Amino acid sequence: MTGRARVWVLHGGVILLLFLLQFVLPDYHHTNVARIMVLATYAIGYNLLIGYTGLLSLGHAMFFATGLYGAGLPIYYFGLHPVAGFLLGALLALVLAFVVGLIVLRTSGVAFMIVTMMFAQAFFLATLYFNGVTRGDEGLVLAAEARRFGFLGLDLDLAEPATRYNMALSLFTGALLICLALVRSPLGRVMIAIRENEERTRMLGYNARDYKLLALSLSGLLSGAAGAAYVLLFAYMGSSFAAIQYSILPLLWVLLGGIGTVIGPLIGTALMFYLIDKTSEVMQSYLIVVGAVLVALVLFFPKGLAGTLRQRYARWLP
Amino acid sequence: MSFLRTEALSRSFGGLAAVAGVDLSVEPGEIRAIIGPNGAGKTTLVSLISGRVPPSSGRIEFDGDDITALKPWERVLRGIVYTFQITSIFRNLTLAENVMLAAQRAASRDQPLWRGLDDRAVTQAVDAALERVGLASRAQELAGELAYGHQRLLEVAMGLALRPKLLILDEPTQGLSEQEIADFCALVRSIAMDATILLIEHNMDVVMALAQRITVMNNGALLAEGTPDQIMNHAEVQRAYLGT
Ligand SMILES: Nc1ncnc2c1ncn2[C@@H]1O[C@H](COP(=O)(O)OP(=O)(O)O)[C@@H](O)[C@H]1O
Ligand SMILES: [Mg+2]
Repeated sequence: MTGRARVWVLHGGVILLLFLLQFVLPDYHHTNVARIMVLATYAIGYNLLIGYTGLLSLGHAMFFATGLYGAGLPIYYFGLHPVAGFLLGALLALVLAFVVGLIVLRTSGVAFMIVTMMFAQAFFLATLYFNGVTRGDEGLVLAAEARRFGFLGLDLDLAEPATRYNMALSLFTGALLICLALVRSPLGRVMIAIRENEERTRMLGYNARDYKLLALSLSGLLSGAAGAAYVLLFAYMGSSFAAIQYSILPLLWVLLGGIGTVIGPLIGTALMFYLIDKTSEVMQSYLIVVGAVLVALVLFFPKGLAGTLRQRYARWLP
Repeated sequence: MSFLRTEALSRSFGGLAAVAGVDLSVEPGEIRAIIGPNGAGKTTLVSLISGRVPPSSGRIEFDGDDITALKPWERVLRGIVYTFQITSIFRNLTLAENVMLAAQRAASRDQPLWRGLDDRAVTQAVDAALERVGLASRAQELAGELAYGHQRLLEVAMGLALRPKLLILDEPTQGLSEQEIADFCALVRSIAMDATILLIEHNMDVVMALAQRITVMNNGALLAEGTPDQIMNHAEVQRAYLGT
């Protein structure tokens, strides 16, 4: 098989597998996998920035939460159509990422990490401050009727497990394909070049700042789309999604699954999700186990699972 | 009217005047060598021309325009291409991918990158550039695995794929064998058929074989300029540089 065919077979196979899983999974895992696919979309968005452009943000929760609230609040308060809510949430995250990017991209390295974290922290505090609207930590739950709607002649109910699962799968598939097409395009090549050697990239005639801004905007868009889908599919929005944990989590997912790989974010998200799920079932101090597993993975798979696989066996993996 | 002209071009690092009041003028199609002892300011001078280092004062004119205020990537788009003295390549990418980055830039010079490229033409440009420096057979190897001298050649291939009007080569023959140096001289002559070349070089055989004119730098200033013969017989140059 050529490299190109392998890439499509592998990623197409993963999508097909996810599609088929819904027919065999018990209820509990059915919901989990739907949630994993939405969170993996967030991780894909995050990975575009850290994995392909080499920018480590510690503030992505603000983009995820912008999608969450940007979709959820107008639906909750004004009965906005869920599809319009989704688009609005994703769009707002795109705009926020662009505007924040204009400022934070003046910095790089550690300063970039700190400045993105500060912006996200300000955003988090704002969600608490406007407690009258967001209900802060306690959050808001979307009513059942707000999640029933007609679209393209279909009657959809997002509380319906099958509908929810396939919506999550569509979102994830879209993100995966965008990421796959992007990183193999001339544009993606420039992003990777910036990650590898920014000065060289500039001396090849590329205005690195513009490409970083584009990468950050796209990353924000995908993160926001994931946030918007999350509130629609799981009916809940709260300040905790804007907190620092939700900026750290995508970093862990991506590191675990394989930084700078298209499939890595899904692997990392699923692994981490079930690691926490299983260990917290059997013991109180489950975070110790989670920590130990993370340390072991860093030791034996320094580039994450998919990244190490690529390094050792499959150089063609995008 | 010169192709490239600098006027009182200066750059200091702290108190050190790395380049001090340089008036350089290069004609189109020329192969101009810049020589001088280590620390003379050669790399800094060409970095000012390529925009990699901003000047403390002075002016740069290229192809009839004042380019002093242009960003380095804007200068690349106008045809000023720099190959680094300290190799700067994408070590984790293949040779083909390294050159591809240059070739796709040249192909999308007048339009944004996302407007679509002629993939076939870009691939052909990559192959052609690697072929010219003799690295075509190693296109799929990782750049970081090349020997040092070959990494320099990869830099030249990246420069070529940008289709330069002014190609700046900063000590390109370091680490090459005798035979490779001979091939390299032939390559530079062929590049010079449709580009102007600034060549910083320590190997005097290479300088004598290639340069039509030589500029000698010392302590950040121009010490002398002339044909190879004139320079070899220049008393001050012999004292300062040739060590006699
Ligand atoms: N980025 C820099 N910061 C501080 N000093 C520098 C820098 N670049 C060059 N210099 C100094 O400027 C002088 C000229 O250096 P350079 O242009 O590299 O000389 P050459 O290429 O002729 O050997 C040297 O004394 C060098 O130490
Ligand atoms: Mg030098």
